[in-house]
Amino acid sequence: MKEIFVAHEHEISDGGRKIVIDDDNIEIGVFRVDGAFYAWRNDCPHQGGPVCQGKLMQGTEERLDADRRSLGIHYRAGSLNIVCPWHGFEFDVRTGRHFGHAKMRLASYPVTVRDGGVYVVAK
Amino acid sequence: MTTSRVKPPELSVITDVTDSYEILARATRQAAERGLDKYFIVDADSHIGDGLAWAEVLKFVENETVRDAAMFFGGGTGRSAFLNDTPGLQHQHAGGRIPHGAHLREPIADKSVPREVALSRKAMDCMGLDYQIFFPSALLFLGMHPQREIEAELATAYNRWIVEHVLPHEPRMKAMLYLPYNTPDAAEATVKRFLGAPGVVGFLVTSTRYQPVHANEYMRLYRMLEEADMPIGFHAHHNWHNEYTRHLNRFLSMHAISFVMSNVVHLTNWVINGLPVRFPKLKVMWIESGLAWLPFLMQRLDHEYLMRVSEAPLLKRLPSEYIGEMFYTMQPMEATNLKLLEGTFEAIRADTQLLYASDWPHWDFDVPAKVFDLPFLDERARRNILGLNAARVFNLPVPARYQQSVAAE
Repeated sequence: MKEIFVAHEHEISDGGRKIVIDDDNIEIGVFRVDGAFYAWRNDCPHQGGPVCQGKLMQGTEERLDADRRSLGIHYRAGSLNIVCPWHGFEFDVRTGRHFGHAKMRLASYPVTVRDGGVYVVAK
Repeated sequence: MTTSRVKPPELSVITDVTDSYEILARATRQAAERGLDKYFIVDADSHIGDGLAWAEVLKFVENETVRDAAMFFGGGTGRSAFLNDTPGLQHQHAGGRIPHGAHLREPIADKSVPREVALSRKAMDCMGLDYQIFFPSALLFLGMHPQREIEAELATAYNRWIVEHVLPHEPRMKAMLYLPYNTPDAAEATVKRFLGAPGVVGFLVTSTRYQPVHANEYMRLYRMLEEADMPIGFHAHHNWHNEYTRHLNRFLSMHAISFVMSNVVHLTNWVINGLPVRFPKLKVMWIESGLAWLPFLMQRLDHEYLMRVSEAPLLKRLPSEYIGEMFYTMQPMEATNLKLLEGTFEAIRADTQLLYASDWPHWDFDVPAKVFDLPFLDERARRNILGLNAARVFNLPVPARYQQSVAAE
């Protein structure tokens, strides 16, 4: 196990990220959302695409009225997905789970913040 | 546990101006991890982003009135002149989620070759390809053009642009040329004119059109291709204007169905009208419909054929047997159920009939690792699908170093 220094805490703004490569060529994306940090391997479970280098976008929902008629597709309030730029697979940036396929998820790393530095622990 | 305080190198967010080397860096890594340099790999279906080159293509239009008129489109730039695709229905970028699905807008430093060549080289380098067979993105919908004389004009211009302007720069790039299929005479003239041109390895029919492939006026064309040992490909595309697909309200639904629908119709006509019997040596390839449709169609046609054999008297065997003798490109390979996929591979005799294809730079591309990692393939099938089947179909030379690798297996 080793601890990798990612950045100084102030270098990752809320809603921002750093994607780093460690000495063993492991690529890790560290995201800051609502003050919390999340770290995911930059390796999409679909075809191995650079998922952490994709867009951060809100997920969507289809709203229905009381009669279950569609009111169209809208952004889902409070959601934030990381979207793999290769094929568009979307993962909740907080849980790493694919919204439509719970078994599909990103590999995670523990993140710690210490003395103003952000670290991840990699095997 | 060790701790480092040294700042590690960083990667950037990928956008539509990101360099292809960076977009595909993980494909490069996959190739290195799997030793793909020891495999002969042919990408049997890729595309060149040609929107920016359209004005150049128009210079090759041979009818001067058409050529002059073209430059009055796009505010005098010729942009999109005469093209009949519908820009407002192109959702390949998935609302901006897939940057390369819209365009590859990266700056190209190498000005010594056309932009399309520079981009293709990058893709080949990243994915470890030996050859990349390409087809123009802009022409995929041209079979639906209401003016068949314009289809023929643009086809000739585009084929000339490829043969004279693109192929001479890069021997690893090979082309299947567009057949203006709505005018059978023009399609024959295309074969006569471009047969033997360096880098031309086949001819292609875009499947999005309403022509019956078994019509008698195409028989001379098929005979010409059979005699020339040139493959004919039927390349699917989406079509949101069909009476059925226009009832699909999401791009997802339309794309999933229409890419298959055209080739279901054409392949059914091809087989039931006995074209494999009439042209037994013609190499026929079905492109970009994925694979999941094939076991369905094999069983469905066999089922009906056995009850109504009088309607297909040219056939001497089950339709599925003829289907299993044609060729298929694998992309976009549906792989959420590996048992079904394995059965599909067996049904279509993938080890000899399936060709790897990336479809790069389109949004649903497949990397070579997708073939390599399939758990049910043996080494022979893996090598065949990645490149050796394509070598056979397109008459491509296989470098000696790969033949040694095959012999060593």
